Amino acid sequence: MEAGALREALRRESRARTLRALALAAPLALFLLLTFLVPIGALLVRAVDNPEVARALPRTVEALRGWRGEAAPPEPAFAALAGDLSAIDDQAEAGALARRLNSDASGARSLVMATWRALRAPASEGNAAVQAAPPAAGARAPLLAIDPRWGEPRFWEVIARNGARWTPDYLLAAVDLRRDAGGAIAAMPPEQTVFRAILWRTLGIAAAVTLGCLLLGYPLAWWLATLPARTASRVLILVLVPFWTSILVRVAGWIVLLQSGGLVNQGLLAAGLVEAPLALLFNRTGVIVAMVHILLPFMILPLYSVMRAVPPDYLRAAVSLGSHPLQAFRRTVVPLTWPGIGTGCLLVFILALGYYVTPALVGGPSDQMLSYSVAQYANVNLNWGMACALGTVLLAVTLVLYGLYRRLGRAELAP
Amino acid sequence: MSRAPHLGTAERAGLLAWKALCLAVIAFLLAPVVVIVPLSFSSSSFLAYPVPGWSLRWYGEVFESAEWARAFRNSFIVAPAATLLATVLGTLAATGLARARFPGKGMLMSLLIAPMVVPIVVVATGTYLFFARAGLADSYAALILVHAALGTPFVLTTVSATLQGFDTNLVRASLGLGAPPLATFARVTLPLIAPGVAAGALLAFATSFDEVVVTLFLAGPSQATLPRQMFTGIRENITPAIAAVATLLIVFTTGLMLALEWLRGRRTG
Amino acid sequence: MKRAPRLIPALLLVLGAVPAVAQQLTVVNFGGANGAAQKKAFYEPFEKSAGAKVVPVEYNGEQAKIKAMVEARKVTWDVVEAESADLDRGCDEGLYERLDWSRLGGKADFLPAAVHECGVGVFVWSSALAYDAGRLKEPPRGWADFWDVKRFPGKRALRKAARFNLEFALMADGVKPAEVYRVLATPEGTERAFRKLGELKPHLQWWETGAQAPQFLVAGDVVMASAYNGRIETARREGRDLRLVWTGSIYDLDFWSIPKGSPNRDLALRFIAQAITPQRQAEFARLISYGPTHLKAFNGLDPKVLAQLPTAPANVKDALKFDFRFWSDQGEALEKRFAAWAAQ
Repeated sequence: MEAGALREALRRESRARTLRALALAAPLALFLLLTFLVPIGALLVRAVDNPEVARALPRTVEALRGWRGEAAPPEPAFAALAGDLSAIDDQAEAGALARRLNSDASGARSLVMATWRALRAPASEGNAAVQAAPPAAGARAPLLAIDPRWGEPRFWEVIARNGARWTPDYLLAAVDLRRDAGGAIAAMPPEQTVFRAILWRTLGIAAAVTLGCLLLGYPLAWWLATLPARTASRVLILVLVPFWTSILVRVAGWIVLLQSGGLVNQGLLAAGLVEAPLALLFNRTGVIVAMVHILLPFMILPLYSVMRAVPPDYLRAAVSLGSHPLQAFRRTVVPLTWPGIGTGCLLVFILALGYYVTPALVGGPSDQMLSYSVAQYANVNLNWGMACALGTVLLAVTLVLYGLYRRLGRAELAP
Repeated sequence: MSRAPHLGTAERAGLLAWKALCLAVIAFLLAPVVVIVPLSFSSSSFLAYPVPGWSLRWYGEVFESAEWARAFRNSFIVAPAATLLATVLGTLAATGLARARFPGKGMLMSLLIAPMVVPIVVVATGTYLFFARAGLADSYAALILVHAALGTPFVLTTVSATLQGFDTNLVRASLGLGAPPLATFARVTLPLIAPGVAAGALLAFATSFDEVVVTLFLAGPSQATLPRQMFTGIRENITPAIAAVATLLIVFTTGLMLALEWLRGRRTG
Repeated sequence: MKRAPRLIPALLLVLGAVPAVAQQLTVVNFGGANGAAQKKAFYEPFEKSAGAKVVPVEYNGEQAKIKAMVEARKVTWDVVEAESADLDRGCDEGLYERLDWSRLGGKADFLPAAVHECGVGVFVWSSALAYDAGRLKEPPRGWADFWDVKRFPGKRALRKAARFNLEFALMADGVKPAEVYRVLATPEGTERAFRKLGELKPHLQWWETGAQAPQFLVAGDVVMASAYNGRIETARREGRDLRLVWTGSIYDLDFWSIPKGSPNRDLALRFIAQAITPQRQAEFARLISYGPTHLKAFNGLDPKVLAQLPTAPANVKDALKFDFRFWSDQGEALEKRFAAWAAQ
């Protein structure tokens, strides 16, 4: 009886503690929910959102159901379209429809706007003709009279394809796929394939940067680990100065160093190593150099913290047993630092994947990563569905790697 | 490597090469920061060496420019506000979650530090579309909120780390002696974790202070921060004025960093 | 998802509430020398006469911000200098207010191309071949020379966009200006333009802002560039020996427009009405070589200034008028393809 009461008390105490913990964490959780998770959720939704056609042309979509695009669209579709378009009151809505259709079929913009204007104009010829036409005669001829392009099946196809409220098209396009007229998934035509190449490039740049960071960071981290604690922390400050310096400052610094009349080229020319200045900026070299520089501390710090825990006696013992120092190092130290290498590499790789500013400022057009495409579609091309779809791809790749990272080490990301 | 007992010439050369490599890496790390400073005192209008003469004209230019003044002001509005928000929320959550054990805690922690992981452009696009729809694009509020969200994981992780070495008996004793929980937090917990909180706050500050992508998307011209202004400057018209601002920033952030190192020393020591 | 965005603004508005400053007009322009000239010719006189403060903002023509503002019904830009294709599209999509022409003077006073239901022409500009005379032994004559990397070795700069470049490529390939859009409208023509552009790709450096083209030329990064004529002329006035080739140049208008839902619509219209008066336009043309759109503005200009404008007979003779209707329809597909091509 007494044991039961105690257990009950303990359970109550533990539940209270959990509740207290949750209550304290709740403000942050709620805050992140509103400022972070909901916006990102909205971005994911927007990647499949496709409201324009379904909202503006419901009857046309209905009339086109079952039409596969092999022949001319069915007669009722013309009447439905004329009806739907006439029913749009707001020019902005017609414009939104025109934009949506135009992004799949060039020319749809002027076609939709011209037809809408003709139908809406009071007592206009087109309007009168469509409305006056006896049902038997259909709306086909009057619509074709407003614009003969309504005779082209491709415009009807995009209406039919975008009739659903949600679409996989943006996400498919983000990996260079599309739906063909029959609805089957097919490859994009070669002159429009680009995102897979950019995704590979993004992974490639991230890999190169990770490798660069490892090659430069490993020896330095080991050196730091062998130094007496006091000296090590002083040297560490030198590593941390660039880490704390604004990325923009460092990019400006790299421009000074790498530009065609920059210090590196001046040095190479003076040393007689090259005859003409090397192109180091606005290309892949510049991007990788600047990114390695920015991410190097993220490699050094995890390596250093792991290496500090490696007893120096191990190496000493191996060497005194007659091993070659390098071999001894490889056999004794390296295996112990695998966790540090793993976390450091994954961390650098994950961070590198999302880079935007550095490639934008020191790279050329063929050095831009996935982030750049997201920004381009969001800000310049005004195709937010596409921007969100590309963002979704980038997020997915990052989260998969992050899951791996969480599994590999419980190490925190903070330096 | 004075600890290695017997070394041949080859090993000695190898050691030397290794040390040279380490020094080269340190030089690589410092080079872009160091080269920018002298150029800020250049009299030329080009951001390049050699420097033909020395002058303070670019500092004059920066201090007289309305745009740079606005950028400085905005940075010092947004970053402290975001830091305050991030620090309060992050510290509360960290103290709450420190010793609690419940199913789904790992999941919750993953969510709470997600802002550190999600590619910044995804954050920028998502929050931009979302806050724009809410009518908050081009406002300080949106910028501060998102920057605070980006900073919270740093506070959470640093304060959590501090709390791991924290003697919970002190809190129990305080509570047991009848002190109310809030007073216990203020009088007992907070002073003990203060270095961790301050370190987290500094990291959150640096996160906001150096953030450019979200600002590019979310901020209107009247909210342009220093990094945003530098981004435009580097892209469109690169002059030693950039170097002058860069130098000011280097001095400022180095100060911040030394403060953090000092705090770390206190925390571990 | 649907409900949250409505709840949150209420919460956040509390944070966002910033005291409104009386009579402030945000005018968005393309920056650089153009922005500087606008400040002198348009903003400062308006500030004096209307007692309002003009806040200039620079952009590069991105319509995203405008779309976001209009959709959120929180418009902070009052007057925008828009390119013709963007204006036309934006007008269709309800991003811009329809202008009350009765308050702007008669349509008959303007170049026909300057009259739009959502905009009125600010100025006529031209995108032309520019070069640094100090760096080339012989002057290039047109786009064929721009493509001739043997006779004119070195890098070239073009704006990072499909528009203009596809036209330039076709002209370099021997298509006459008058034929350019007819050819470009066919799939073979598009193919041809991209192929021609591809020939030059290894020698290209892209610019994104108008200020960059003259900067690249002055720095010697490139030997030739496509550039806005006014920026080149301004650099010339500052003592740089930059020249323009008018043959094969493309001219177009920028428009004053008002984003839909601007809270300062009335003040914005007053600003525009003043900015399009002949006096202001003539003053602007004196500051930077962009042509007026008000027919009477030409009267007050000296022949030297007139000769530098894209509208001068000698300059317009072998030039091409930008076809914004073509780009309204084909722009998205062509820009998408261009972006894919440029990123490879």
